[in-house]
Amino acid sequence: MFEVLRASFYMLWRSFSDRFVLGCLGLIVVSVPIFNLCFPDESAFHLSTFTVTLLGKYLCFAMLALSVDLVWGYSGILTLGHGAFFALGGYAMGMYLMRQIGDRGVYGHPILPDFMVFLNWQELPWYWWGFSSFPYAMLMVVLAPGVLAGVFGWFAFRSRVTGVYLSIITQALTYALLLAFFRNEMGFGGNNGLTDFKELLGCDLQADETRVLLVVSTALLLGLSYIGCRFICESRYGKIIVAVRDGEDRARFLGYRVERFKLWLFVVSAMIAGVAGALYVPQVGIINPGEFAPLNSIELVIWVALGGRGTLYGALVGALLVNVAKTQFTGIFPEAWLFVLGTMFVLGTLFLPKGLVGLVQREDQ
Amino acid sequence: MKDTVLYLQGITVSFDGFRALNDLSLYIERGELRCIIGPNGAGKSTMMDVVTGKTRPDTGKAVFAGDVDLLRLSEPEIVSAGIGRKFQKPTVFEHQSVATNLELAMCSDKSVWSTLIARLSGEERDRIASVLETIGLSEHRKLSAGALSHGQKQWLEIGMLLMQEPQLMLVDEPVAGMTHQETERTAELLVSLAGERSVVVVEHDMEFIRSIARRVTVLHEGGVLAEGDMNAVQNDPKVIEVYLGA
Repeated sequence: MFEVLRASFYMLWRSFSDRFVLGCLGLIVVSVPIFNLCFPDESAFHLSTFTVTLLGKYLCFAMLALSVDLVWGYSGILTLGHGAFFALGGYAMGMYLMRQIGDRGVYGHPILPDFMVFLNWQELPWYWWGFSSFPYAMLMVVLAPGVLAGVFGWFAFRSRVTGVYLSIITQALTYALLLAFFRNEMGFGGNNGLTDFKELLGCDLQADETRVLLVVSTALLLGLSYIGCRFICESRYGKIIVAVRDGEDRARFLGYRVERFKLWLFVVSAMIAGVAGALYVPQVGIINPGEFAPLNSIELVIWVALGGRGTLYGALVGALLVNVAKTQFTGIFPEAWLFVLGTMFVLGTLFLPKGLVGLVQREDQ
Repeated sequence: MKDTVLYLQGITVSFDGFRALNDLSLYIERGELRCIIGPNGAGKSTMMDVVTGKTRPDTGKAVFAGDVDLLRLSEPEIVSAGIGRKFQKPTVFEHQSVATNLELAMCSDKSVWSTLIARLSGEERDRIASVLETIGLSEHRKLSAGALSHGQKQWLEIGMLLMQEPQLMLVDEPVAGMTHQETERTAELLVSLAGERSVVVVEHDMEFIRSIARRVTVLHEGGVLAEGDMNAVQNDPKVIEVYLGA
């Protein structure tokens, strides 16, 4: 085991792109606290809290894109429902944050969140139990998406559903969850979702320090997920999963239980997406059923395609660039954004089959 | 019986009343290189399907290595019992290197967890190197398999079969689409493989068969028409009728 880890770190160090990604994340971890907290507001070097939070949001999207690339780029499972796992992780975090509000809600109820009081609920539903505990909530952040992915994948892969059919089912999955979470009876705040958060682990969510801490944690966890994904892809397991992508029947004929290999990867990927969602919610301050929208899941596949699938770092590049572009365009000319996105996707598919990173990729792949 | 690696007795397979195999009996000895020829529809592929568990016969016996009843085993179980099959169309993993293709085909623990932490041991490296040597792809070990020529892919596929360390190799049309030189090279390869393991080759290319065959079996309408060395078979009036008379 130790031998394996040592070899993976060596491999990570050898690759320029991996060094670059981890270097950038390290730079964020070090520089964001300095430029935001150490320089006063009026200084030219000051990094505004708004920018810090925006950066945190981008990093969450990058992590989500990473999870999609892991399943799509390496095992060829074109998932169009990964937003569902992101949102589930987000809801788990949101539930913890709701319980943290305590009696400071608008209605001042000691236990029930505002929306439950509004709906005349008398007690906390059983599935909200335990969410006042941070470790329990964090467990749910990975467990809820993981279990859903496990059950879904078990049925889908065992029945050998592949290709476009699988993509359609994943769309249906996220759409079904969208409809379910819209319902007030579900007990997740319905249309409005969960919001009005106050504190995370006793830290004021509006404070600069907390914002900085969140970005730093996001960068660290993204780096950790990146290393984990790289480790998976470079192992023999990773080679098998690529073999499954390129010739599923052939891999089966070599004696591999293809369903299990795909299922395991799908569950791991869903868990990473869940963590990304959990980091996203305290930074944007809200989680609502809109996150389950099928369009979101399609958009994030576009990030990965534009960045370059099957490379891991390509997913990060794609997520960052598209989202920076989105922020810019929706600021200047909101109606045009979807056209811009569509055009980028079409041009990317036509001229950059390996994505943006394909432009600079060396032949060693 | 003790030196018979594959024993097929009275195998009959019918699809919708059509008898693909009709009371077929065939014995392959340990270390033998056997060629099987026959016109289209003679039952060559069906015979291989029966041996590898893809098709179940209506009647008959199929015994491997003296005591393994093939008709009771599933496809992966037959593979692990020691029967490997190379299909007509080469299917290698195009995006991965030649050496990786061999690594994936290797006999090893194939569960998720063990593959996550698996490292190639020195012994396994040697094994891959020796198979690379056998199939003549040593200098291409780092090349991605998609970049190989058609013939080289066929050899890689044979190499992948070798990594599974089978006692019996079933090789379906190994030289289809190969150049003359590649065909010669493949003949040498298959001849060198027989001996330590048994090899059954199904082929149409008569010249190729003549260059490798010790013993030839001619199938016709689901049964054995003739068996013997190449000259005897070629001069057999029944064979001439089937091949030339029709």
